[in-house]
Amino acid sequence: MGLLESFSTQLTQCFGSTSPPVFVFLQQIINGLVLGSLIGLIALGYTMVYGIIQLINFAHGEVFMVGAYGGLATFTYLLPTFAAREWYIALPLVLLGGALISVLVAVAMERFAYRPLRNAPRLAPLITALGVSVALQEAVRVFYPNATAALPFPNIFVPGSLSFSVGGGDIAIKYSGILLLVVSLVLAIALQIFVDGSRMGRAMRATAQDRDVARLMGINPDRVIVLTFVIGGALAGIGGVLYGGYLNNINIDMGFQTGIFAFTAAVLGGIGSIRGAVIGGLLIGLVKSLGGQCLPGGTAYDYVWIFVVLIVVLVFRPQGFFGETERVRA
Amino acid sequence: MSRKRTVVATAAVLAAALVLSACGTNRTEAGGGTGGQCDTSKGTLVVGMIAPLSGGLSALGLGMRNSAQLAVDQANQNCTVPGYRLAFQAEDDQATAQIAGQAATKLSSDPNVVGVVGTLNSSTSQSVQPILSGKQIVQISPANTNPTLTLGQDPTGSPERPFPGYFRVATTDLVQGPFGAQYLVQKAGKRNIAVIDDGKTYGAGLAEEFAQEAAKLGATVVAREKVGEKDTDFAGVITRIRPLNPDAVYYGGEYPVAGPLSAQLAAAGLNVPLMGGDGIVDKQFVALGGRPGDFATNVGAPAANLPSAKAFTDAYAAANFAEPFSAYGVLTYDATNVIIEALARVVGTGTFDDSRRPALIDAVQQTNLDGASGKVAFDQYGDTTNKLLTIYSVQGDDFAPVETGTFQES
Repeated sequence: MGLLESFSTQLTQCFGSTSPPVFVFLQQIINGLVLGSLIGLIALGYTMVYGIIQLINFAHGEVFMVGAYGGLATFTYLLPTFAAREWYIALPLVLLGGALISVLVAVAMERFAYRPLRNAPRLAPLITALGVSVALQEAVRVFYPNATAALPFPNIFVPGSLSFSVGGGDIAIKYSGILLLVVSLVLAIALQIFVDGSRMGRAMRATAQDRDVARLMGINPDRVIVLTFVIGGALAGIGGVLYGGYLNNINIDMGFQTGIFAFTAAVLGGIGSIRGAVIGGLLIGLVKSLGGQCLPGGTAYDYVWIFVVLIVVLVFRPQGFFGETERVRA
Repeated sequence: MSRKRTVVATAAVLAAALVLSACGTNRTEAGGGTGGQCDTSKGTLVVGMIAPLSGGLSALGLGMRNSAQLAVDQANQNCTVPGYRLAFQAEDDQATAQIAGQAATKLSSDPNVVGVVGTLNSSTSQSVQPILSGKQIVQISPANTNPTLTLGQDPTGSPERPFPGYFRVATTDLVQGPFGAQYLVQKAGKRNIAVIDDGKTYGAGLAEEFAQEAAKLGATVVAREKVGEKDTDFAGVITRIRPLNPDAVYYGGEYPVAGPLSAQLAAAGLNVPLMGGDGIVDKQFVALGGRPGDFATNVGAPAANLPSAKAFTDAYAAANFAEPFSAYGVLTYDATNVIIEALARVVGTGTFDDSRRPALIDAVQQTNLDGASGKVAFDQYGDTTNKLLTIYSVQGDDFAPVETGTFQES
């Protein structure tokens, strides 16, 4: 009774005409889309690696984190002051620096941690991935200056927010949030086109379907796998830098938490599917922000709803949204 | 063959991970001064510390470590404890209750540990208290402010001291929360306040005390929200409170969340000051996004304004520590000296062993010390009798004191 009552008051709070007004609802949708697009971007790395070598690369969240620190290092140590002031110079360079570090880490991880275990039982690389994740986090903590605490991240895009009136109030979106949303979606679409259309994309799909037969067709699976890690790493690195620029601070835990959400997004969307990862990410972002607004408990329980949705979806569709029809396209 | 290699490779990666994490977590600082010409024939006794030396709160924890180190070094120079050399051992709790418990077990298994200074977080003390208390090791916290640690489950109704060996030189949230509310409502004139906390022992308790006093003073608590202590994106909670038009936000928690939260409030168009407790008083708050005009309360008075703290700040500067003594330096220095001074009284001309531990706890209870923070003495619950607090406000890139006062019930 009590629970039901609080549920219904919360729901009228959300959709009713009284309080809060429509603009709050719209603002939460925007919040959710920005966060969701980032989660989707990271989820691409999980889904591609799983598609090719059936490994849940738990260290992928750390690749995202390392990218953010790589971007920060580029800004702090490599950019001359005049370049740091102009975003159109700073942004591409910082993105490049972050992506480069992430790619290096991802490729090294594949070469030294996963490739030796390619034919081992599947549990071995999985545990290794957890080990790599801890090792990367601790490495950044020990070796990056002052990384024991959260670090401020500079503005690398137009500062301030886009603000407009709608539905009885003002909506504010940080420009860096718009950038995050747009870049994430563009990269995801570009990846889908690449995998569907290019020669290398076809090689990736072939390797995903059957590595041995792909080798008989003249494809070098090692090259394909490295390429997968390169793409996943670059996307995660770009995500890390954009996220840092959006929130203006980074810490060594950010990869773990975002990684868990991204992994959830990949599972929701159907692991192996590019489209599924992005849609799963957006769904998680929306569930978090709207759940925090409309459901009982407020933002204290917003993570709970994400996993409630995961469980409900997996009960009815264990393969995720796009798991079967579009399986392992990357 | 391949299987064997696999196992070896997995083991190597795991071992590397373990070694790396061990580097990060178990930094132990052994004692400093050698004792000079003091008589140290009876051996070495250890003053322990449990504080976050790494992680988000390390700025505070490292200041605590250095301040305690300074007190121990001075005691060795002055031959404060007759016949003994003092060593100092700091354990990292990473602001995590479970790791703090491990640190407490480690310290309590060393028979030479006489007392422990720490912890920083109320939540970590909850796991440290029973372990140290089981071995009758005295614990003095310079920073725990949650009332239940000294007053039991019902601090205002029926206070009952849970651990006779636990003391603190910081005043509690029963005092700090209302003190902040009195300033924000009566002096700063804020009437509609949104209260947010991180759900931890310290933050939730402080926010609750604040909210009650603010309501009593006639302000409206327009929202009562929670965020996760590891959250970085607060868009959701800010969107919830914005239509309620608060003219101030109170946050119960620490600066790693409070700093970004303050910045994101402004970015979302909610340009109102944020106030917090002692957990946000650090330069890092501003570096992570705290804005000029944000407020904080802290226990004690600022070292610069305290004549009694002059000797401490001078000695700290002369010792050339790499980190500033931070928000809890003065109180940590006092807490360490309380243990050392009580130990000196208990040892006298005799020796220290396990049978003397109850006597040491008694001696700490009887403390009457002129410390760097002022008079240090404890009431029957182990709480400090010094109810001095200070309001700070962000100016430039750091907090600056606004006014210091003694808490008065409203």
